[in-house]
Amino acid sequence: MAEHNDIDQVTGTSTTGHQWDGIKELNTPLPRWWVITFYITIVWSFGYWIVYPAWPLVTSHTTGIFGYSSRADVAVELANLEKIRGDKMVKLGAAPLAEIEKDPALLALARARGKTVFGDNCAPCHGSGGAGAKGYPNLNDDEWLWGGSLDQILHTIQFGVRSGHAKGHESAMLAFGKEGVLKKDQIVTAANYVRSLSGLATAKEYNAAEGGKIFAENCAACHGDAGKGNQELGAPDLTDKIWLYGSDEATLVETITNGRAGVMPAWVDRFDPSTVKALAVYVHSLGGGK
Amino acid sequence: MSFWTRHQIFEKNSIVLIAGILVVVAIGGLVEITPLFYLKSTIEKVDGIRPYTPLELTGRNVYVREGCYLCHSQMIRPLRDEVERYGHFSLAAESMYDHPFQWGSKRTGPDLARVGAKYSDEWHVTHLVNPRAIVPQSVMPGYPFLAETEVDVAGMADHLRTNRLVGVPYSDDQIANAVADLKAQADPDNPGVEAFTKRYPKAVARNFDGKAGIPTEMDALVAYLQMLGTLVDFKLYNEKANLR
Amino acid sequence: MPKAKTMTTGEAGLTLVFAVTAFLCMIGAAKALDAPFAFHASLSAAASLAAVFAILNRYYDRPAALPPQEINGRPNYSMGPIKFAAVASVFWGIAGFLVGLIIAAQLAWPALNFDLPWTSFGRLRPLHTSAVIFAFGGNVLIATSFYVVQKSCRARLAGDLAPWFVVLGYNFFILIAGTGYLFGVTQSKEYAEPEWYADHWLTIVWVVYLLVFLMTLVKRKEPHIFVANWFYLAFIVTIAVLHLGNNPALPVSVFGSKSYIAWGGVQDAMFQWWYGHNAVGFFLTAGFLAIMYYFIPKRAERPIYSYRLSIIHFWALIFLYIWAGPHHLHYTALPDWAQTLGMTFSIMLWMPSWGGMINGLMTLSGAWDKLRTDPVLRMLVVSVAFYGMSTFEGPLMSIKVVNSLSHYTDWTIGHVHAGALGWVGFVSFGALYCLVPWLWERKGLYSLKLVNWHFWIATVGIVLYISAMWVSGILQGLMWRAYTSLGFLEYSFIETVEAMHPFYIIRAAGGALFLIGSLIMAYNLWMTVRVGEKQVQSPVALQPAE
Ligand code: HEC
Ligand code: HEC
Ligand code: HEC
Ligand code: HEM
Ligand code: HEM
Ligand SMILES: [Ca+2]
Ligand SMILES: [Ca+2]
Ligand SMILES: [Cu+2]
Repeated sequence: MAEHNDIDQVTGTSTTGHQWDGIKELNTPLPRWWVITFYITIVWSFGYWIVYPAWPLVTSHTTGIFGYSSRADVAVELANLEKIRGDKMVKLGAAPLAEIEKDPALLALARARGKTVFGDNCAPCHGSGGAGAKGYPNLNDDEWLWGGSLDQILHTIQFGVRSGHAKGHESAMLAFGKEGVLKKDQIVTAANYVRSLSGLATAKEYNAAEGGKIFAENCAACHGDAGKGNQELGAPDLTDKIWLYGSDEATLVETITNGRAGVMPAWVDRFDPSTVKALAVYVHSLGGGK
Repeated sequence: MSFWTRHQIFEKNSIVLIAGILVVVAIGGLVEITPLFYLKSTIEKVDGIRPYTPLELTGRNVYVREGCYLCHSQMIRPLRDEVERYGHFSLAAESMYDHPFQWGSKRTGPDLARVGAKYSDEWHVTHLVNPRAIVPQSVMPGYPFLAETEVDVAGMADHLRTNRLVGVPYSDDQIANAVADLKAQADPDNPGVEAFTKRYPKAVARNFDGKAGIPTEMDALVAYLQMLGTLVDFKLYNEKANLR
Repeated sequence: MPKAKTMTTGEAGLTLVFAVTAFLCMIGAAKALDAPFAFHASLSAAASLAAVFAILNRYYDRPAALPPQEINGRPNYSMGPIKFAAVASVFWGIAGFLVGLIIAAQLAWPALNFDLPWTSFGRLRPLHTSAVIFAFGGNVLIATSFYVVQKSCRARLAGDLAPWFVVLGYNFFILIAGTGYLFGVTQSKEYAEPEWYADHWLTIVWVVYLLVFLMTLVKRKEPHIFVANWFYLAFIVTIAVLHLGNNPALPVSVFGSKSYIAWGGVQDAMFQWWYGHNAVGFFLTAGFLAIMYYFIPKRAERPIYSYRLSIIHFWALIFLYIWAGPHHLHYTALPDWAQTLGMTFSIMLWMPSWGGMINGLMTLSGAWDKLRTDPVLRMLVVSVAFYGMSTFEGPLMSIKVVNSLSHYTDWTIGHVHAGALGWVGFVSFGALYCLVPWLWERKGLYSLKLVNWHFWIATVGIVLYISAMWVSGILQGLMWRAYTSLGFLEYSFIETVEAMHPFYIIRAAGGALFLIGSLIMAYNLWMTVRVGEKQVQSPVALQPAE
């Protein structure tokens, strides 16, 4: 380098002899540890390229000596998971529903399995604890739209309600207002009648006799003469103070005018059979199972 | 001449320096990106992938516009917990018609790659209008304005045409009927539904937002969400052939 | 005999170009297909007219001769555009931190989204990232690069109008990009969200930036190019390449804002993270390393530690950085081979990154005692420490097993902000504290005590922010993959959302502190300009070396 390089007093290192706006540079050699570590990372990378798929070629790429693939890996991982769960899940899949609840080990397994699947798939509608939300039934109580036996619950979960699945529950309430079956004031009367069924206050101008007539002619076919509901048709019990959509007059008028036809998806195609079974057991055991 | 003095060629000549920089920074990108365009193994061979319907594409544009990708990934990694939680890991083929891709880089909310058909349309509408009405712990913003905003249908054919220019195989028929298909998909009673489903196999026509009239952005967004991850039938997918 | 005043080709040409642009933009506004496009076209028309007016005005006011290259044998530095960029950076910094604080609060208290389109998280988040990186960071880079290149070349900035075009044009780009996000105009490519017309404008501005910088280098009076300028040059050139590679798009109509990107699916993903990672590598790293290479030795009044290290780490850094993009796509549908390259090159990047840290820190040997008395130097040095930390963390997170946990979680956010607040933020603050007194010819800062307050408040803020994100990120990652003894997933997704809540509050508190610190800085700089004692004659150290 240039001849007139001065020596930095503090470090005793020579400078490179240049200056920019008063800034000089020392000619300090590369720190050894730095060079060595750099080499190690390079050598390590070469090693890694030999073992793993790394370099693109003309029609393919290097595959590494063990033919690693992250996709093959996860298949192995999932198979291992099956092993951890052991043949218990197989047993669960084979066992008749009624037996599961009698066998404490199977029951615990089913509930554990059910709980994990419920959290990511059902809770968004039915709530984290299964307590439901407006339009999404509470699964803890013992009112059931489509029946609370294990078999009935399993069927609902497998095929859903108005889900478009061929085996799903289909029946839905008529949109009495929209279809022009009932007039506005008749609907208000019917709504008040429904309120009276569970002992709620009715409007001043409400005519009880008229209400009873409308109900008998239009509603009883599904909800029953006494309004106790019909699980064949998914028609809720209107006397039990448990509401899917709400009990204030406006909500009831809306329900009767437009119907509701809430959708519960079908899950048979999303989960394996033992998982669906586990879900049924889990829901059944939430508190309201019949 | 020592190794260090040789470097002066860069220090004394700004054009040499800039040329050196350009050469050095070009290499990595060329080696990593170009093969993705010619290596056959990059995009898997699978059946079922089709271009988005006009309504879905509109919904996708809403998804992009509102920045959903900043909280939601659309990329299930081949890791056992993700496959268990969200479903089969995502394939490159599943986003081959995505301009731009929406894989995301942050999961403040769950992955959406397979959210299609998981919930009802009504759930999505309620959730998008006010997430906390239905998921109390959610931190997702509400998008009530989507239900009130009608889709601007007029330029739809231009959108498909532009997509075709960047490589999405829309047919002339699909482009010509873009507006009709957009309207048909949001209204099951529309006489055009049959022709629409012929043009887009397996696509469904529904009243996604539950309201009559011109499709809203809510219709479009829900239509998009409801098809995510539903195109490939994994029962027919060959795992072994697509390991890469 | 004074020469008769005539317009330069630059003045005449630019006036014409802007007049035509104004006309075209008015047509664009009239025929616009969507409201944001109409707004942006009108804004561009107004800005073009303002530019025409400004150029003519400047012409009538100026003497016949253009400013000389030298006065009395000393370079006649051009400081006007630098002053503008310095002020802009403080303004945008505060705006960007504020929006960061808002989105942090939204994640803790979602009601703050207000259910309106332009206040929702998805639109504000790109506003935050662009405001801090491109508006704040970009203006700091332009200001310091224009300053450093002049001083270290002993030459006046090339071009007469060009430097102003760069500074004003760049800030106009920011305005278009930022308002666009609020309207929902976005390409959704992280850190490259602006739509096609903003991208085109940025391309023009950036090419002029490159030319101004390069031509100043070309006419330098120093035989050698200073190391900071290698880094600035690499930053400017590579960002141009990245921008062009990642953004090609076809607009649906030339009268509308929407476009579709040329690349699709997996190729688009690779282009995006080739860009995204190197936006970090060349914007947030190479550019800010350039700042470090000038401001630390200057402030510490010590020579740069090792010239040889500069050479090796410069070339290694820029060569290796480009390869590391796929570490953003680990375990995705990007083929495994590309992921391997991304991971290994990230590991090899560790030492070249630390080369910069060593050169920055070791420059203080013999001057460590100054850290006690000079909070500005302390800020600069701590920034280098944060740089070292995040460039250790980065390679760590690039390892596939680690990334399988960290990806998609707040760990990434913690890593980002260790680099962003600690490194980019602090080195910028340090540079601004040096630069403002120099630019406005003040003896020193208004108050070193306030710098000290800024330093400590912001440091506590950073520590709160990044430690909260480490804990929440790792917790989130572990909860997602947690299995019960029976072999089932232990937590549902929503339980992990709930678990993040306390950390989101701590993060917002940390962000608030960081913002307060920057407000203190703004006040201090403002007072420096307003009441600071005038520097009568340049001190010896500032004089060009003869
Ligand atoms: C898209 C929202 C949604 C999701 C997700 C959902 N459900 Fe439902 N579910 C409903 C609705 C709506 C009903 C009531 C349908 C009706 O009106 O009859 C229902 C009904 C039920 C019923 C019948 C209740 C009764 O009273 O008869 C059961 C059992 C049930 N769901 C279980 C589940 C399980 C288990 C899962 C998860 C695998 C699940 N649900 C996921 C919406 C949903
Ligand atoms: C075709 C069968 C059918 C008929 C007829 C029918 N309903 Fe229903 N009803 C249902 C079903 C099924 C549901 C469950 C909600 C749904 O998804 O549609 C329901 C739900 C309701 C609810 C909502 C209960 C809640 O918990 O929120 C009310 C109220 C109601 N019906 C009232 C009536 C009245 C009043 C009439 C007559 C005017 C009537 N229904 C006629 C089948 C019927
Ligand atoms: C601030 C972050 C954030 C933004 C922005 C956001 N989401 Fe979400 N999203 C969440 C969170 C958290 C959840 C989980 C809780 C819930 O279900 O609300 C979620 C859940 C969802 C779900 C249910 C997924 C499932 O499988 O349970 C869908 C669908 C969804 N979001 C769609 C969207 C769409 C579409 C947008 C944009 C218009 C959007 N999100 C924007 C945070 C966000
Ligand atoms: C007051 C200070 C700041 C606060 C409160 C803040 C807050 C935030 C928040 C809440 C997010 C979104 C995180 C998420 O989606 O989960 C974010 C993202 C981001 N911020 Fe900041 N920020 C601040 C300063 C900065 C600075 C100074 C920079 C850069 C110089 C920066 C760069 C970024 C980047 C790049 C992202 C995107 C990260 C990613 O996508 O992985 N931030 N910030
Ligand atoms: C050797 C240096 C570095 C390496 C190898 C590195 C590596 C990484 C990795 C692995 C990720 C996570 C990707 C993911 O899982 O999605 C990441 C994200 C990020 N890093 Fe770094 N990092 C380095 C330095 C830095 C520095 C110095 C900064 C900033 C100032 C920075 C800013 C970012 C940003 C903004 C992201 C978020 C990108 C996004 O997802 O939006 N990095 N980095
Ligand atoms: Ca990101
Ligand atoms: Ca762009
Ligand atoms: Cu990166």
